[in-house]
Amino acid sequence: MSVIETKELMYTYPGATNSSIQNVSITINKGDFVILTGPSGCGKTTLCRCFNGLIPHFYNGTLEGEIVVAGLNVVDHKIYEFARHVGLVFQNPENQLFALSVEKDVAFGLENVAMPRDEMRKRVDWALKITGISELAERAPDELSGGQQQRVAIASVLAMQPDIMILDEPTSFLDPLGAQTIFEVINEFNKKLGITIILVEHRLDLAAKYANRVIVMDDGKIALSGSPKEIFTSEEARLIGVGIPKTTKLYQHLLQRGIKLRDVPVTPDQAAKFLREVLMHD
Amino acid sequence: MSVFEGFKFRTVTSIIHKLDPRIKFFFVTVLFVMAILFNTLPALIVLFFIPLPFVFLAKVNRQWLRSLRGAVFLAVFIFATNFIIGYFYPNQSTEIVGSVDTLVEYIIILERSTAMTLRFVVLIASFSIFFLTTSPDHLGLALQQSHIPYEFCFAFTTAVRFVPVLADEAQTIMDAQKARGLELERGNFLKRVRNYIPILIPLIVNAIRRSLELAEAMESRAWGASEKRTNLYVLKLKRADYILAAVSVLMLTIAIFIWIYIPIPSLTQLLSL
Amino acid sequence: MIEVKNLHFTYSTGIEALNGINLTIDDGEFLAVMGQNGAGKTTLVKHFNGLLKPTTGEVLVDGISTRELSVAKLARNVGFVFQNPDHQLFSETVEDEIAFALKNFGFEENVIKKQVDWALNLLDIVQYRKTSPFMLSGGERKRVALASILAWDPKVVILDEPTIGQDHQQKEKLQQFILQLNAQKKTVVVVTHDVEFVAECNPRVLVMNEGKILSEGLAEKILTNKELIEQASIVPPQITQIFLELIDLGLPTDVIDVHEATKILLDRLRKNS
Repeated sequence: MSVIETKELMYTYPGATNSSIQNVSITINKGDFVILTGPSGCGKTTLCRCFNGLIPHFYNGTLEGEIVVAGLNVVDHKIYEFARHVGLVFQNPENQLFALSVEKDVAFGLENVAMPRDEMRKRVDWALKITGISELAERAPDELSGGQQQRVAIASVLAMQPDIMILDEPTSFLDPLGAQTIFEVINEFNKKLGITIILVEHRLDLAAKYANRVIVMDDGKIALSGSPKEIFTSEEARLIGVGIPKTTKLYQHLLQRGIKLRDVPVTPDQAAKFLREVLMHD
Repeated sequence: MSVFEGFKFRTVTSIIHKLDPRIKFFFVTVLFVMAILFNTLPALIVLFFIPLPFVFLAKVNRQWLRSLRGAVFLAVFIFATNFIIGYFYPNQSTEIVGSVDTLVEYIIILERSTAMTLRFVVLIASFSIFFLTTSPDHLGLALQQSHIPYEFCFAFTTAVRFVPVLADEAQTIMDAQKARGLELERGNFLKRVRNYIPILIPLIVNAIRRSLELAEAMESRAWGASEKRTNLYVLKLKRADYILAAVSVLMLTIAIFIWIYIPIPSLTQLLSL
Repeated sequence: MIEVKNLHFTYSTGIEALNGINLTIDDGEFLAVMGQNGAGKTTLVKHFNGLLKPTTGEVLVDGISTRELSVAKLARNVGFVFQNPDHQLFSETVEDEIAFALKNFGFEENVIKKQVDWALNLLDIVQYRKTSPFMLSGGERKRVALASILAWDPKVVILDEPTIGQDHQQKEKLQQFILQLNAQKKTVVVVTHDVEFVAECNPRVLVMNEGKILSEGLAEKILTNKELIEQASIVPPQITQIFLELIDLGLPTDVIDVHEATKILLDRLRKNS
């Protein structure tokens, strides 16, 4: 069942001469965990903004083609109508927290849709628990680390109980452990709550193991789409400049020298497992 | 900037902190009105002592004193202005006829200037307690429940939230430019002002960029979805609030009564000079 | 040469950021400073150009204590590239931006022109000479910031988290650039938490945790030390993770490079058959 469908989508920012995305036709299905990647400027951020209505309603400009998200045509509905279906988490954690306490931030969206207080309280506590930050409920945002702030942003989006969550390079400012925590949290959302995830990332080595699909964009267009294994072993991906995880590179180097592992490893554990088989077998 | 230190909220709790901000504000306004009504020294001295028990109960003695200390400069200025004007135009504000000649007449002018200064101090003292014992989010909540449009309340709390962030950013920008040879301490006045351009421009540009990102985040979380917003927190009046409200109303009534019927003598009159 | 002797540093907020650092960085060295966010990495390197002065202890740059020199003076030899280029860009053109530091340091007009040309070429941004830095993309702005620091050819270059927000190709270019700087006999200090980046550059590595130096040494020894990485909360490079899991097969564990890994595995397979 598709949750996002676009057909030949094209968008030009106001005042720009070239379009930022062209001819984008993709289908995202319920329960997918998609990694959206590509070189800087390829249009991934622009595409994400189309999924919750920021484009065209906040940014204006010219949007052509069709785009349907959660059954709603993006052009015909206001941004706040999408907020209950699509959550968008941005790169900089600091600029997504406006309240003076964590739980007030998590409640922000719910306050906006005029949810009654009792229901709101339950939702907020639930969102904090699932994101693992219940003990931070009454803290002020500037007392938190970057990783904690980002988890608050994620909890605020989760509180709206969206079907789809889009995260635009959420771990840019975090160290690898912080990044891992974020990926584990959103993986929980995907596997346990059934939320469709679209993750824009460059750090494929850390995120790959959770995804069932990788979409590579280049120069405003969709260049490749497939499973992580397919994309990581694709020559075209390498040429576009996608950061292939070292694990897969090792597989390819061995393959070139005539050693074939059982399958394409995407994580170090998988690689160790397959290598063990080959090393013990001989 | 010590006068601002005296207004900054500290995370301490006391009975005063727990009082409803709207009632506290009402109380402080009553003090303000009383300070305006009375212009004689004995009355203002009494008014000055009224906030003191609140300061002790709220355990904010040090910060409160700091705000008063910060106001000293302005207080001296007010005193000097009043004294000088009082000396040259004594008939405006006192019963002195002609010019100021005798010692008694000098003392009258002195008393008058002190009274005006004390009025200013009472103002600072009362409002300082208000800000010291009211957290910004309580304040924002009070504004909201006082039916001030949500956009303003939101602007207020967001501004408070980002002040430390912007302060940090300003420091980082200064560091970055110092590391490129910018000397902020040297040069004449004009040169120093020009030296702040490499600090101000990134600060302003980044503030604009930040607002854009905030706006995106707000829109994405259903800003504007409903005319009537609900709230996670709610301010409820408790017994202590009702007591303070009653006390304030009582104070105001007594004050107006005294103001109309009982003229308070000035200090010089009291001392039968 | 940079010498750090028993450096302790406490922020004005009371946070003890550095607890006794002893370190020597020779001319021409390439050092990566690693550790979790909050370990004290940036605090340490800010002492090298005098942005921070020791609370106790000493930092000597070419034999002179940083306490005795202003940041502007130290910056002449120690260039500091901040994490966010938007904290320093303010000029009308890229050209002006690059010339800023040169003007501050008092270079002659003709020297400034020469250095600006050189820096533009070095970072491959000649076509943006007359462009406003605010019109450029994120990656291009980073290059302008870098050019503006390298323009005065400092002996030491410090880069604070240069790989943040960069895509794979940008990181590769940056890597080559840094190695080039080092090949030109510059001392390069990189603060980073990007293990794969460090694994590819293979510099001397310093690991910090809670304001102390946990350990230092060659990248292949540091990044493959299991207890150390756990203590410092660092994620080891993927190749290392693989070899650590295969430790029971008697394979070496100090492997961080993909090519070396391939060779070792092929040798083992050849031996087996």
